[in-house]
Amino acid sequence: MGPGRSFPVFSPVAEHSILVEFGDRIAPDIHARVLQLDRALAAAPFDGFIESVPAYAAILIHFDPLTCDHRTAESAARQLIGQPAPPAVPAPAPREVLVCYDDELAPDLAAVARAAGLSPEAVINAHLAGRYEVFMYGFAPGYAYLAGVPGAIHMPRKPAAVRGVAAGSVLIAGPQCLVSTLTMPTGWWVIGRSPSRILTGDPGRPFLFDVGDRVRFRRIDRAGFEAAT
Amino acid sequence: MTDTVLSVSFAGPHVSVQDAGRPGLMRYGVPRSGPMDRRSFAAANLALGNPAGAPGIEVSMGGLVLQCLSGAVGFAVAGGGFIVEHAGDRRGSWHAATLRAGEHLTIRPGPWGSWCYLAFAGRLQAPQWLGSASTHAISGLGGGRLAAGTRLVIADAAPHPAREVEFPCPVAARPRRELRVTLGPQQRFFSSRAVAAFLTGEWRMTDAWDRMGVRLAGPQIAPHAALDMPSGPITRGSVQVAGDGVATVLLADHQTTGGYPRIATVLDCDLDGFVQLRPRDPVRFRPVSARQAVALARTAAIAAPAAWLR
Repeated sequence: MGPGRSFPVFSPVAEHSILVEFGDRIAPDIHARVLQLDRALAAAPFDGFIESVPAYAAILIHFDPLTCDHRTAESAARQLIGQPAPPAVPAPAPREVLVCYDDELAPDLAAVARAAGLSPEAVINAHLAGRYEVFMYGFAPGYAYLAGVPGAIHMPRKPAAVRGVAAGSVLIAGPQCLVSTLTMPTGWWVIGRSPSRILTGDPGRPFLFDVGDRVRFRRIDRAGFEAAT
Repeated sequence: MTDTVLSVSFAGPHVSVQDAGRPGLMRYGVPRSGPMDRRSFAAANLALGNPAGAPGIEVSMGGLVLQCLSGAVGFAVAGGGFIVEHAGDRRGSWHAATLRAGEHLTIRPGPWGSWCYLAFAGRLQAPQWLGSASTHAISGLGGGRLAAGTRLVIADAAPHPAREVEFPCPVAARPRRELRVTLGPQQRFFSSRAVAAFLTGEWRMTDAWDRMGVRLAGPQIAPHAALDMPSGPITRGSVQVAGDGVATVLLADHQTTGGYPRIATVLDCDLDGFVQLRPRDPVRFRPVSARQAVALARTAAIAAPAAWLR
């Protein structure tokens, strides 16, 4: 949209949701506004609220159309957006994800190194140096999009997806990184493999991350990978 | 009461265990899943006195053949105009009967409909994932797909002679060729001519369908190529248009976010009828306001099993 567009924009979505857009690009300040509303909704849900789905620049607010409507949801959201920020709570420690960069588990590491004009070891160090944050989940269960890949190893997507990329692959594209949970086709670059499970199988905490969590990668060798798998 | 054991002799693609689904996890990339046609699924359960969301079997146009190895169990079939063969009888969907040891039960496509549901008087034993037996197709997590050789165990199974009846197919369970939509939320990515073509054009269902969504054939409504959007939330019913102008309606196992603009969103209360259309059936879109959408949902709820909607 043109420069005249002013955010936030509220749009009805069928009979059951509104979409609140805070911008039209991927940027930390825009995502911070998404997170603020997401947390405020969790702390003070309005009558009829069912769930919210935070993404990069927008959040979907899903409600029960039998007891609520779009106008009620929008006014609740506007009120929460306008609230002063809650007192700062100490950010939780970053979640740690293990990664093995062994050649066999990192089929695209050499290609990324060539494209970036770096040695494979320098690509690994750049990846480990990234300070990542979970911006959203999407695509498939447990696919957490981590922002924070250092600029030196930003890569465009491959022109065509590669089939059968193993679950647990550590993938990068542009500023984003993710650890896959299913064996799927992907056009992202496979630079390692992780034994850390995002779908934990633990009913008490079924997903390793919440949106907004910080994430650090820790390198392990092949023996460590085999031991942890 | 005792266990009844069934064996799958044949199952087409997309035949799986479903229940009420797993709501509330979209923020983790997990769609609700559950039956494609939730109303017909609820009807099969309610015909047996089960909770509307008890685990049952979703049968696609690929069909299903079961054999009862031991025990006896009441069952109900609802959804579409499928053909049900059992113990020498040949009937349509929308009836209940008892399946006994040694008997076969065959469900195959009939004159209309894409999805049919089989519920049991008893508890179908099925693996759960995140609190639900619904099968999430691309991961296979949940109760799972059925294939030749799969064993199904129904605990506390009972014949149900009092409920061996035919029940009429509700009007609301017929296929729906007119879909009410709210426009957007990414309508701004489309020219007014493209939006008009979307709303006035005749669309057709295609063979490119699965539990995630169905592609439609119709007018070219390509979004502005110059615009780019960050991936945003998607719902069941989102009408997403890829760069090549192909429209897809997202369904039960939809991805939870996506980077293609959504020109419109189909009302949830119209989706159960929509999925019963078959490839090449025509379909049209009609825009409604947010206020009308809520009113239509409330009207539809009156005609639906109340337990299902909560």
